[in-house]
Amino acid sequence: MSQKRINVGIIGPGNIGTDLMYKIVRYSKYMNLKIIVGIYATSEGLKIASKLGIANSSGGIDALLSDKSIRIAFDCTTASAHFKNAELLKEAGIKAIDLTPAAVGPYVCPVVNMGEHIDVPNINLMTCGAQATVPIVAAISSVTGVTYAEIVATIASKSAGPGTRQNIDEFTQTTARTLEIVGKAEKGKAIIILNPAEPPILMRNTIYTAVKEQKKDEIIAAVNKMAKKVQQYVPGYRLRVPPIFDDDKVTTMIEVEGAGEYLPKYSGNLDIETSAALAVGDLVARKMLEKEG
Amino acid sequence: MPAKKGFVRIVDNTMRDGSHAVKHQFTVADVTAIASALDDAGVPAIEVSHGDGLAGHSFQYGFARETDEAKITAVKKAVKKAKVSVLLLPGIGTRKDLQKAVECGAQIVRIATHCTEADISEQHVKMSKEMGLEVFSLLMMSHMEPPAKLLEQAKLCESYGADAVYLMDSAGALIPDTVRERVSALKNGLKIPVAFHAHNNLGLGIGNTLAAVEEGATIVDACVCGLGGGAGNAQEEVLVAALDRAGYETGIDLYKIMNAAEEVVTPRMTRPQIIDKASLALGYSGVYSSFLLHTYRAAERFKVPPMEILLELGRLKTVGGQEDLIVDVAYKLSQRK
Repeated sequence: MSQKRINVGIIGPGNIGTDLMYKIVRYSKYMNLKIIVGIYATSEGLKIASKLGIANSSGGIDALLSDKSIRIAFDCTTASAHFKNAELLKEAGIKAIDLTPAAVGPYVCPVVNMGEHIDVPNINLMTCGAQATVPIVAAISSVTGVTYAEIVATIASKSAGPGTRQNIDEFTQTTARTLEIVGKAEKGKAIIILNPAEPPILMRNTIYTAVKEQKKDEIIAAVNKMAKKVQQYVPGYRLRVPPIFDDDKVTTMIEVEGAGEYLPKYSGNLDIETSAALAVGDLVARKMLEKEG
Repeated sequence: MPAKKGFVRIVDNTMRDGSHAVKHQFTVADVTAIASALDDAGVPAIEVSHGDGLAGHSFQYGFARETDEAKITAVKKAVKKAKVSVLLLPGIGTRKDLQKAVECGAQIVRIATHCTEADISEQHVKMSKEMGLEVFSLLMMSHMEPPAKLLEQAKLCESYGADAVYLMDSAGALIPDTVRERVSALKNGLKIPVAFHAHNNLGLGIGNTLAAVEEGATIVDACVCGLGGGAGNAQEEVLVAALDRAGYETGIDLYKIMNAAEEVVTPRMTRPQIIDKASLALGYSGVYSSFLLHTYRAAERFKVPPMEILLELGRLKTVGGQEDLIVDVAYKLSQRK
């Protein structure tokens, strides 16, 4: 059945952009990937696009803007590039789904607060650490007040690119903020650790929360339910250690195995980000299609 | 007496690495008393921070009794000559935390990364240099990599502007030979001074530090009473005596530092600083020294032997800061039973 789809584009053919290209082509129900653009003709991601038969250009965002059929653009560049891109996309009336830390628009996690922000012109997908941990904090917050949430994200060194490495403070600060804004913890703190072990480790996340009421059964049920929801768009998302209770402290551990399509399986941190982009993109596209009947 | 061979600068870590040994419970009164005794003894640099660096205050590493700011301010007030140092681990603390510490009086900042990840510290080193501070880069868990790899990473630190590079034997897993080959690789490849930080898990805190100094390290860490993660660091009063006998100057008064150990630090200790079975296992299997007390806690909580946890952590090639993996491993071991 050839149903109608929304035309979309990707800006930035790096690891993230290329992985997202594969995901949209293979799994999207409501999007049609029209173009992927970069700024280097030699970019690996653009070569792959040609092989997949997807239009591509090294002409940067202008090449994307010149295709008037595009309704949604995924920005997989950098925060500083996104500040400029965000303006141009807004002028062109193209919805921006931002995978950089720029946070021009509200922070969005597909299973927590998508509904609140589906109509805004620019959506930010938070950090990978936040995509992995905020759902658990939000699940616990739905049962009882969380006075403090602290997360520790451990990532294989090989899976942390130069962007993360040179902006490690921004990673911890932004993640902490999203634990508060999206996870609804009164106070958030984030720690990131890089581990160079070979073979590379899977992404691990520990979520500590201080809760107002020790409603064990309800917290366990809410966390299990949330993990299942995340698994619907990140199949490699697993509870390693179910909630453990020590007085008001609740400890939960998560592991994220990547889908292993373009990026290796240990890059769960990148996989959860592109998986979130696909999920959000499909929700937005579906809404557009519904509106237009 | 032999002619003096040169000056070795000791950076006191009693109120930083030593804070692991008291589960980060030093009070402002404690740090004031310790800092003034150290300063009076002529210790040239004194570090104070949470054991895991600025902003280490957490579920992951333990909540400290007092804030870093309160302790830094108190130490700065207590000293007349000594420079005040703080530790920062990028990924835990941020440049904002560093700026706050400097406002409280920190003059030296030490920025630590796992020994293969120096590039995450570029922003922190550069900012500290721009602020006019003395900046040391610390390569942790240096037993895990060969000398050539450590030199490559040390050169990155040098290129960012570090004033010295430390080889941290965070697991207390090195022996004099492996210390020598690492220090000499850095000594030959860098223009800036080389420094060394020992742990006593294999009983080599002093021996390894002496080996490092003989190989050309000119800055070394120590803690009064040998406090520190695992079996502790090089015992400062012992190191002052041994360096003196070996013909090096430290500028520290031996009798005053001995008194500081017995009269000021010993009464504040909550457990004897010894090489017990588990801390020996840390050194033998190359596990981060600060894991020790967290491991005892997890062993008790999940009813599994601490040794089994530590051996598994060694097998998993854990790095510094992964304290959450202790609970993960203990939980998994308890499920198996």
